[in-house]
Amino acid sequence: MSLWEYANPKKFLATSEKVLPFFWAAAAVCLVVGLVWGFFFTPDDFRQGSTVKIIYLHVPAAMMAINIWVMMLVTSLIWIIRRHHVSALAARAAAPVGIVMTLIALATGAIWGQPMWGTWWAWDPRLTSFLILFLFYLGYVALWEAIENPDTAADLTSVLCLVGSVFALLSRYAVLFWNQGLHQGASLSLDKEENVADVFYFPLLVCIAGFVFLFVALVLYRTGTEIRARRIKALMARERVQA
Amino acid sequence: MMALLIRDLKLAFRAGGGFGLGLAFFLIVTVLVPFSVGPQSQLLSTIAPGVLWLGALLACLLSLDRLLALDWEDGSLDLLATAPLPLEGIVSIKALAHWITTGLPLVLAAPVLGVLLNLAPAGYLWVVISLALGTPALSVIGTFGAALTVGLKRGGLLLSLLVLPLYVPTLIFGAEVARRGAEAMDTTTPLLMLAGISAGVIALLPFASAAVLRVNLR
Repeated sequence: MSLWEYANPKKFLATSEKVLPFFWAAAAVCLVVGLVWGFFFTPDDFRQGSTVKIIYLHVPAAMMAINIWVMMLVTSLIWIIRRHHVSALAARAAAPVGIVMTLIALATGAIWGQPMWGTWWAWDPRLTSFLILFLFYLGYVALWEAIENPDTAADLTSVLCLVGSVFALLSRYAVLFWNQGLHQGASLSLDKEENVADVFYFPLLVCIAGFVFLFVALVLYRTGTEIRARRIKALMARERVQA
Repeated sequence: MMALLIRDLKLAFRAGGGFGLGLAFFLIVTVLVPFSVGPQSQLLSTIAPGVLWLGALLACLLSLDRLLALDWEDGSLDLLATAPLPLEGIVSIKALAHWITTGLPLVLAAPVLGVLLNLAPAGYLWVVISLALGTPALSVIGTFGAALTVGLKRGGLLLSLLVLPLYVPTLIFGAEVARRGAEAMDTTTPLLMLAGISAGVIALLPFASAAVLRVNLR
């Protein structure tokens, strides 16, 4: 029993179909509990009023936006090194989810920033690096769409993902250097004294778990769809040859 | 390698080559900026380093889709790939030729255009230094983008979309060197970062470019 068994599309599909309902259910439960708890059963913040509740969407979405890119990096590496098609398809399936997460983070950030900072957008390091991350996602998806041969597309996007990761890190550092911004620093770290107060912390953790489950479910589901789409294409090609 | 470089340079300089396109674009951008933001010399001298860098970057971007596409179309890229020269070397030479025909003229033209933008006297040297250090990185990164999109018809838009985020760090540090230089501040940190980006990119990115080119030529 090893992880590489799931490189077999059939095995992957069978297993993912078995676990998918649990992930959907876990995502639904966590999101409902976390968001209802966060929106209705936590106090308003002393200074921020009820706008503080945007945190339950903003923070998980932002975390996922970064982690999805990391996941794509890992699956791209697996594709380049071991050439398992499922891996490349998983990266392809994850990218649009990443775009949506980045958009949610940017949009909720703007909505939050308007009453708090008095502006929708500021050229703050975090905001800027998210905008750049968004561009990377767009370019990645566009490259997948532009190339017809699936193996060529997988190869090119994988290399783009590797190079993009290095440049995304570099940009992160560059924008830090460029402007010290309005956005607060890390406030969820495990080892820090100054964190978000517990009242907000626990529902937030539930929300983050919900986003993670939702992402896993979406990726498994979308990867399955990609595998089936490719099978259909292969079958049609075979039919055309026989006809 | 020399033969390839000379061939690329000749192709670029002769009629129909891309030489001068980038330079003309750079000229147009910097000349049009005062018309659009107004002729206040104070304002112009504040934005001059940034405008020069932006113009140089866009001029580089403009000439990228010719970088490999022409050789791809007439099949000479296939011949080059089967030549004894490693593909990494070919890609590096292509980037070098692009830099000589696009980057170098920009570096030389920048001080002249600085006059039009009322650049602060201390800034001329730093604009030239930062462009001289930064434009090779732009060429090499651009070659990577061109190698990614070479097999595509109408890959121009995609090329810009892919290359744009990759250009961000170079632009930030380069423009920062020029700005600090113009304001007579200490330029050491951004200058070292810019040099580091250029050196790293020149050392590593040709391997990535050659890898994607191999995939595209398959």
